Amino acid sequence: MTDSGSQWLRWSLSAIPIAFLGYFFVYPLATILVTGFTSAGSSVDVLDVLTRPSLRRIAWFTLWQAVASTLLTVAIALPGAYVLGRYSFRGKSLVKAAVTVPFIMPTVVVGGAFLTVLGPNGPLGIDLRRTVWAILIAHVFFNYAVVVRTVGAAWERLDPTLAQAAASLGADRWRVFRHITLPLILPAIASAASIVFLFSFTSFGVVLILGDLVHSTIEVEIWRQATNLLNLPAAAALAVVQLVGITTILWFYARYQAQRATQSRVASVQRATVRPITGRQRAFITVNLLAMAALLGTPLAAVVVRSISTSDGWGLNNYAALRRPSGTLFVPAAEAIGNSVRIAVPATLFAVIVGMLAAWTIGKARARSGPSLDVLIMLPLGTSAVTLGFGFLLALDSPIDLRTSFWLLPIAHALVAIPFVVRTSLPVLRSIQPRLREAAAVLGAAPRRVWREVDLPIVRRALLVGGAFGFAVSMGEFGATSFIARPDVPTLPIAIYRLLTRPGSATFGQAMALSTVLMAVTAAGILVVERFRGSTAQEF
Amino acid sequence: MKTWITVALVAVAALLAGCGNDAAPETPDEIVLLTHDSFAVSEGILEQFEEQTGVAVRVLHGGDAGTMVSQAVLTKDVPIADVLYGIDNTFLTRALDAGIFLEYEAEGIAETIPGLDVDGRVTPIDYGDVCINYDKSGLADAGLAVPEDLRALVHPSYAGQLVVENPATSSPGLAFLLATIVSFPEETAYPWQDFWADLRDNDVLVAPDWNAAYYSEFSGGGAGSRSLVVSYASSPPAGVMFSDPVPEVAPTGVVLPGCFRQVEYAGVMAGTDVQPYAEQLIDFLLSKAFQEDLPLNMFVFPARADAALPQEFIDHTEVPSAPAWLDPTRIDANRERWIEEWTEILRS
Repeated sequence: MTDSGSQWLRWSLSAIPIAFLGYFFVYPLATILVTGFTSAGSSVDVLDVLTRPSLRRIAWFTLWQAVASTLLTVAIALPGAYVLGRYSFRGKSLVKAAVTVPFIMPTVVVGGAFLTVLGPNGPLGIDLRRTVWAILIAHVFFNYAVVVRTVGAAWERLDPTLAQAAASLGADRWRVFRHITLPLILPAIASAASIVFLFSFTSFGVVLILGDLVHSTIEVEIWRQATNLLNLPAAAALAVVQLVGITTILWFYARYQAQRATQSRVASVQRATVRPITGRQRAFITVNLLAMAALLGTPLAAVVVRSISTSDGWGLNNYAALRRPSGTLFVPAAEAIGNSVRIAVPATLFAVIVGMLAAWTIGKARARSGPSLDVLIMLPLGTSAVTLGFGFLLALDSPIDLRTSFWLLPIAHALVAIPFVVRTSLPVLRSIQPRLREAAAVLGAAPRRVWREVDLPIVRRALLVGGAFGFAVSMGEFGATSFIARPDVPTLPIAIYRLLTRPGSATFGQAMALSTVLMAVTAAGILVVERFRGSTAQEF
Repeated sequence: MKTWITVALVAVAALLAGCGNDAAPETPDEIVLLTHDSFAVSEGILEQFEEQTGVAVRVLHGGDAGTMVSQAVLTKDVPIADVLYGIDNTFLTRALDAGIFLEYEAEGIAETIPGLDVDGRVTPIDYGDVCINYDKSGLADAGLAVPEDLRALVHPSYAGQLVVENPATSSPGLAFLLATIVSFPEETAYPWQDFWADLRDNDVLVAPDWNAAYYSEFSGGGAGSRSLVVSYASSPPAGVMFSDPVPEVAPTGVVLPGCFRQVEYAGVMAGTDVQPYAEQLIDFLLSKAFQEDLPLNMFVFPARADAALPQEFIDHTEVPSAPAWLDPTRIDANRERWIEEWTEILRS
């Protein structure tokens, strides 16, 4: 391949993620914001909305709870990341799949479980309902997996000989951690923290269900203005406030990541993880696993327990009922699973392709354009679902009317999943030593061959983590989906939500049973991806 | 290379434009019905419309009622649907002002219950009453009688018994606030603001939405400890039908005074290119076949007075004789102020 040819290829590969995000994110968002500000007959002055004292209160709460949730999640999840990144033990892949489950649970289900667990009769024995603590604990619960999986994957990649060398030179464990390990995993921690921050900053369901009259986020307020009060100018003004806040923070973050890009030595999994030998190591792992089980397991267990409790003791009546279709009132479980998978598979595919190309572009780009694309990729996570949903309606009517098409669902899910693919693969891409590429090039390998032989094997593992997350995100996605005018393809979360909007002990039990099915299907999906990943890990 | 791309793009654009021009044939293949997420019908009902007219009904779910109305208003220039169904009286004025509906008098409009028909552009299809529900055994355990009216709820004996939904985030929550505004009018000796301050002092609990109120706080719905909740007049029959085993007597009941009536309307969307079929679909929604299918699927009452009710509704439902009603334009003009005042009272 000629030089100009490879240049052209490189350019067109970079154009794919930019075009995807441009058409499915920037364009709809710009359209809705412009419409919001210019819509005639608006009774409320935009300035009036922006200067209300209630907005200052909401903005302040949105920011500080997001910072607190992020710090809390990182602090609590770091030991878990260490255990999963450093040790290999029996049932590890099961544990990894299990910790991801909370991440995809619909907030409407977990919110109910939290109201029980954090109530006066819960295991804690104190009433935390309608306090800020309930919101923070729920954010840790939902986002724990993001930190454990992202940081765990980075830890797994660390070459243990570095730490061993430092230790043999006399450094104690704390010094090894501070001066060797921490600097190497810091980009991964920042990666995970940025996602946790975005999720907490734009938290909707958790704040709505567990919050009170005082505590509300900008996201909840946008939704209220846009759908309950039909006040588009106010919603657009709030959406801009949210976007500006998110973009500023993301910009600093992306700059930091680009500067820090560490070239670390990449180790194979076989060398990096060790089996626990000493009793202390075993005890450490056990304590950590128990802590995970308590934090993540309790609310989930509450759901499972309620799914198998019937009027006469325990039983599987609720599950049996899921198989009986009765009109369109109720969606048979099999159909809902089918719909969810039908959307999740293309969504994951879009996310992996676009995310991989984006990560590759960001990694190669110059100091200025790299961070810009990085911010652009992350923005969908920090954009209110209702704003984007309405933007689709306004923008995507031509050349092909996608507004009410089935394909809009996997596309919307992919927008949320792409950041996970980028965040997990970018640190790995950046850690590849240029020496390796140069050596390959010197030996006569064409750029495409260098990518295939050097970059791809290293990045594949990270891509699979991202892909697994993308799949999970799509299976559990409810927010964006619920604002799209969509054909009647009820996914698992939507079927659960429909059940929960009707009274009756049986419908409630069925909703819990369907939630348990969602947990099982997602865990199984992630396990399959992990399997695939396991078999390719030996390649490098 | 560049020319090739240009040629390809032009070809694709031409193809797409060609597709667009072919639209609006004599008989369309399908007609699009935009509705909210609670929409449900028995299998085979919508197929009856297809048999009658040769046009299939494609159902779009737009989210909750408020979201759906916003979608319809936003897309009025290039509509995503031909008919909208499920807009209620609390959202009606905003949609009418935006001009999203065409004038149409439905066949069968004369058969609807008096008072439901408010505007020539929309047709009432169903209604439901938002009322206080009580848990029979919960009240009995606390040694309490069924409250006679809303006023009784501020009595200290009912302290800590009531859970309501936040009107800022919940449709039944807003309906109940409107019921109290009708029952305790402003500029009287005991306006609704005072009533709510008394409710607050009597330890009323505010839940974010119906689901959290009914399932997490109401003792008649599951895990909760409060015996009074804001729900629907049709909740008792639904609770009976969807319990396992089915009880003979409904475990919950309805406090009849102080209900608010929510009416759901349908309308032909301006900009539809299949107007005659859209009008036929409105007629179909008001036909006996559809009307009699409504109650057990969406737990609402049919707008047609001559539609037969299912046995479950006859056995377990009480219909308020004089539910609260507010003019939709008044709701629209005051909604934001009322919600803000309410929030200030309940926060303090």
